[in-house]
Amino acid sequence: MSSDSSSGDKPDQTKREFLYLTAGAMGAVATGAVVWPMVDTMNPAADTLAMATTEVDVSKLEPGHSVTVMWRGKPVFIKHRTAEEIAEAKAVNVADLRDKQTDEERVQKPEWLVVVGVCTHLGCVPLGQKETDAKGEFDGWFCPCHGSHYDSSARIRKGPAPKNLAVPPYKFTNDTTILIG
Amino acid sequence: MASGNRTPFKNPVVEWVDSRLPLFTLMNKEYGVFPTPKNFNYFWNFGAIAMFMLVTMIVTGIVLAMNYAAHTAHAFDSVERIMRDVNFGWLIRYIHMNGASFFFIAVYIHIFRGMYYGSYKQPRELLWMLGVLIFLLMMATAFMGYVLPWGQMSYWGATVITNLFSAFPVVGESIVQLLWGGFSVDNPTLNRFFALHYLLPFVIVGVVFLHVWALHVTGSNNPLGIDVKGPQDTLPFHPYYTMKDTFGLVVFIAIYALFIFFMPNQLGHPDNYTPANPLVTPPHIVPEWYFLPYYAMLRAITFDIGIPFTDIVFIPAKLGGVLTMFGSILLWFVLPWLDTHPVRSARFRPQFRIALWVLVAAFILLGVVGGKPPEGIWVILGQIGTLYYFAFFLVILPLLSRKEKALPLPPSIHEAVLQQKKSVGVQA
Ligand code: HEM
Ligand code: FES
Repeated sequence: MSSDSSSGDKPDQTKREFLYLTAGAMGAVATGAVVWPMVDTMNPAADTLAMATTEVDVSKLEPGHSVTVMWRGKPVFIKHRTAEEIAEAKAVNVADLRDKQTDEERVQKPEWLVVVGVCTHLGCVPLGQKETDAKGEFDGWFCPCHGSHYDSSARIRKGPAPKNLAVPPYKFTNDTTILIG
Repeated sequence: MASGNRTPFKNPVVEWVDSRLPLFTLMNKEYGVFPTPKNFNYFWNFGAIAMFMLVTMIVTGIVLAMNYAAHTAHAFDSVERIMRDVNFGWLIRYIHMNGASFFFIAVYIHIFRGMYYGSYKQPRELLWMLGVLIFLLMMATAFMGYVLPWGQMSYWGATVITNLFSAFPVVGESIVQLLWGGFSVDNPTLNRFFALHYLLPFVIVGVVFLHVWALHVTGSNNPLGIDVKGPQDTLPFHPYYTMKDTFGLVVFIAIYALFIFFMPNQLGHPDNYTPANPLVTPPHIVPEWYFLPYYAMLRAITFDIGIPFTDIVFIPAKLGGVLTMFGSILLWFVLPWLDTHPVRSARFRPQFRIALWVLVAAFILLGVVGGKPPEGIWVILGQIGTLYYFAFFLVILPLLSRKEKALPLPPSIHEAVLQQKKSVGVQA
């Protein structure tokens, strides 16, 4: 501030501030317009997004057994549940669950459980698909990475994972064929 | 960097350059006659050693990159080709692979030195914070480098660590997709990690430059933690510390070479010699040893934080773990304001010294816990270690800053050095 600044400078001053502000705003918009395309190149590309579907024939899958199939680069678990496992899943008191979902909300047909086999904690593939695998304390799946236990409806019961294993979009194209995606 | 009063050089070529661009004057001022406290111990070697490791990593990395293919279908095989077919490929890769470990060893000791002797305190706060920034960049670089060979640990390590960001509410999922460039760790992820792994070391070089610049403004701290009072307290950097640094570096390189030639895979994990498989998680995922303590802190938070006996949860376990892990290092940024005790060196702070050694023990314990499966006693030990780690920074340091009575400080570096000559006592 120089000493000779008088009231006569006032209009000038506001004009200047206005120019600074508009120039600054234009600069910010321009920077954003340049930066966003570059950041967006890192998002999934069109071919990645072209959502692949996976068709699975489950006619040979005995009760109590499961298969793992690939969908969008991720494993999907398809389990043919036994009557016991279904009963077990239904008997749970939903109010006690971390991620409150009834078994009915998670299946289309009670015998068939279809879930994305990616632990909702940090993305490991839980064990439990093979007969010899550890199945955790709730007779479902067990994630060895940080110790998450999932039940026979693949709901989180114990350990650090926040959510149940996700149910992907799928439909039965006939009694024994499932189309995922 | 202007050289107001430049002394002319005798060599006419040097003088011709220096009078136009005073590079030689600069080097002589900063590394030749630079006044350095005369009482350094060997802890002061590790800055130079870290610098050597950074250069080693960049040189070997560029040579590796000439034979490496950043594609999920070729990455693993290209690294195996480097190991088997490329002339001296095995040597370059083992230097790079073990180099990451030895870089971290050097930097961990360097950071410990800073904590023990209070080098983060006024007036070196910014110097310290630049150091913490370098450490974060190193962590990112090493993490992405480990993904490149595309083995099982590469793949699953990348999956677990990128998924950390999904813990953040609302934006988490979008961030993770942005990091992956897809719906899982895949080819786009490998590509960008290679690009960044190539870039970040050069960013580190830039920050190291600022770090050293800041050091040359304040001057070095020293084992007594008292200020330099005059020329009788210092020695010219060359030849005294160029010699001492070189000697320490040679010893360090000898140990490093022992690993490269006789146990190159000792610090790695055998699972990473199995090609990545998105359908099978190895039963026991562990990060590289230098990340284990933070990994243990991530896993220590096994409980939601909220109002007890209700369903109200403020911080779910997953987010809690992630915040704890990131927080454990972000805390270092504010260390100068957590420990405001006027005395720098732990030599004169008996209580701080004990607390700091317990911190080292807790950190090592966390390192052990991080390598174990998350069950039984290991969970409890991890929680105890984490609790102490945070208590040290957030409770013990502020408390000691106010309460601790320091031992009497020596009047000057030079008098303390003379004193030490006479007494036979051993000091930390
Ligand atoms: C801060 C410095 C650096 C660190 C801490 C670092 C760390 C690492 C680590 C831990 C690996 C995995 C080694 C393995 O298990 O196979 C790696 C691999 C690799 N790095 Fe670096 N790196 C650094 C600088 C660089 C630079 C400047 C380049 C230059 C392009 C580079 C190129 C590579 C390549 C091509 C690989 C894959 C080959 C392999 O796995 O051996 N690195 N890096
Ligand atoms: S990824 Fe499954 S428990 Fe952490």
